[in-house]
Amino acid sequence: MTDLKFEDCLTRLEQIVGALETGNLPLEESLKVFEEGIALARHCSRYLDDAERRIEMLIKDESGTTTSKPFVFQAEDEA
Amino acid sequence: MTDRRVLSVSQLSQQLAAVMEERFPAVWIEGEISNFKVYGSGHAYFTLKDEGAQLRCVLFRNRTRRIRFEPKDGLHVLAFGAVEVYAQRGEYQLVVELLEPKGLGALQLAFAQLKERLQAEGLFNPARKRPLPRFPRRIGIVTSPSGAALRDMLRVIGRRFGDIHIVVAPARVQGEGAAAEVAQGIRELNALGGVDVIIVGRGGGSLEDLWAFNDEMLARTIAASKIPVISAVGHEVDFTIADFVADVRAATPSNAAELVVKEKRAIVESLGDLEVRLRRGMRRTLAAHRERLERSQGRRVLTDPARPLRDLQRRLDDARARLRRAALAAVAGAERRVALAGRSLRTLSPVARTVNGRRALTELQGRLERGAHRGLDRSRHALAGAAGRLDSLSPLAVLGRGYSLTRTSEGRIVRSWREVDAGDAVRVLLHEGSLDCRVDATREHDDRPQV
Repeated sequence: MTDLKFEDCLTRLEQIVGALETGNLPLEESLKVFEEGIALARHCSRYLDDAERRIEMLIKDESGTTTSKPFVFQAEDEA
Repeated sequence: MTDRRVLSVSQLSQQLAAVMEERFPAVWIEGEISNFKVYGSGHAYFTLKDEGAQLRCVLFRNRTRRIRFEPKDGLHVLAFGAVEVYAQRGEYQLVVELLEPKGLGALQLAFAQLKERLQAEGLFNPARKRPLPRFPRRIGIVTSPSGAALRDMLRVIGRRFGDIHIVVAPARVQGEGAAAEVAQGIRELNALGGVDVIIVGRGGGSLEDLWAFNDEMLARTIAASKIPVISAVGHEVDFTIADFVADVRAATPSNAAELVVKEKRAIVESLGDLEVRLRRGMRRTLAAHRERLERSQGRRVLTDPARPLRDLQRRLDDARARLRRAALAAVAGAERRVALAGRSLRTLSPVARTVNGRRALTELQGRLERGAHRGLDRSRHALAGAAGRLDSLSPLAVLGRGYSLTRTSEGRIVRSWREVDAGDAVRVLLHEGSLDCRVDATREHDDRPQV
């Protein structure tokens, strides 16, 4: 499941919630999709939680390759 | 005549050239462009004309770079340059240093021309615009690393929703080469991977300051970006080509940061909401199934294990009672049959038979007469009853008791004061005859006694 795209996960989660809310699913099926839904919700949350608070700036070295380094804003006059 | 002074063509040309070039080393000429043509060398040749004259002009390649709009036939321009004599062809021409559109500023004209061209190409087509990602984790920002725009964006993002990874691609945002640096930043962020959205912007400034964002090559880079691009150039009132071609235009850099953050917060909220609904849905499903289970159990023995025993007991009691009744009835029947047999034995004697026969005959005659009368009476009675009921159902019978029937002119029976208005014509049907009346007034309440 981890290789599922976030968007797909969210869409599937929305489907599951919709199906469960109609209440037409047999019990076995309900339990199955519920478990899947919980796993998807957890996966989505983790995806968002994984985003870290980090600010970097791209720099180019002599060979022309682009790397990044931590960036701290230093105000100057308007460029 | 003998000492006439003869000049060669070249000499005259040289002298003319000296006079003209000395007299007109730098002039502004106003006129309309015609026959504009760029040659393979990169030099452009055209004619400036007005109602009375024409002037040949040349714009050398190294000067074209400084012209910010596209010279075209029919444009009214101001040209600045030096007059030069082209001796080989006996012509003179203006060597143009600067060209400006007359009226409209060069920048505005260039802006309008580029906008028109890109629009015609479909670069601003709303269908091309991609939605912003619903869950940005990594945001690329192309701007000056020391500018106020970046400071504003970092402040908004940090304050509102910190957990976002920001990659700044530094670029000069004004002056020569700025457009190329911004475009390069967009390409680098695309190449970096994992960037969900790119903000391209700078703070407010003059039209010239924002000029880099009206660059055609930058516009095409934005259009070609695989990652959605938000443009955030200057203030709310400033529109640049980058704004038109970007997927989303933010009014200011701060506004761009808010857009991005809002999307992420919205997704986090909706995720929480989905989980709540998921759990609630499951609880409801479980409750529904439990209820069904209990309902089906209610119909079975499980709820009351003693019940079938009680049922059996009742059936046993019933059977016992019936057995007892049947036994008693059988005894009673036998007794009756014994008595009957005794009576029959007595009536069957010859004496009894004669007496009994006469008595029976008399009785039969009486029953015959009574029966005939009773049938007649019953019919008569039924007829009278039916007639009476019929009479009582007729509205006319009610009229006989002093009631009357009011109808509208269409014949509808009036039952409520609401059904007529003052001034309406009504017909009142009486026990005898009818009255044509007009309604004076309608009243909801009258003086009848209320129950």
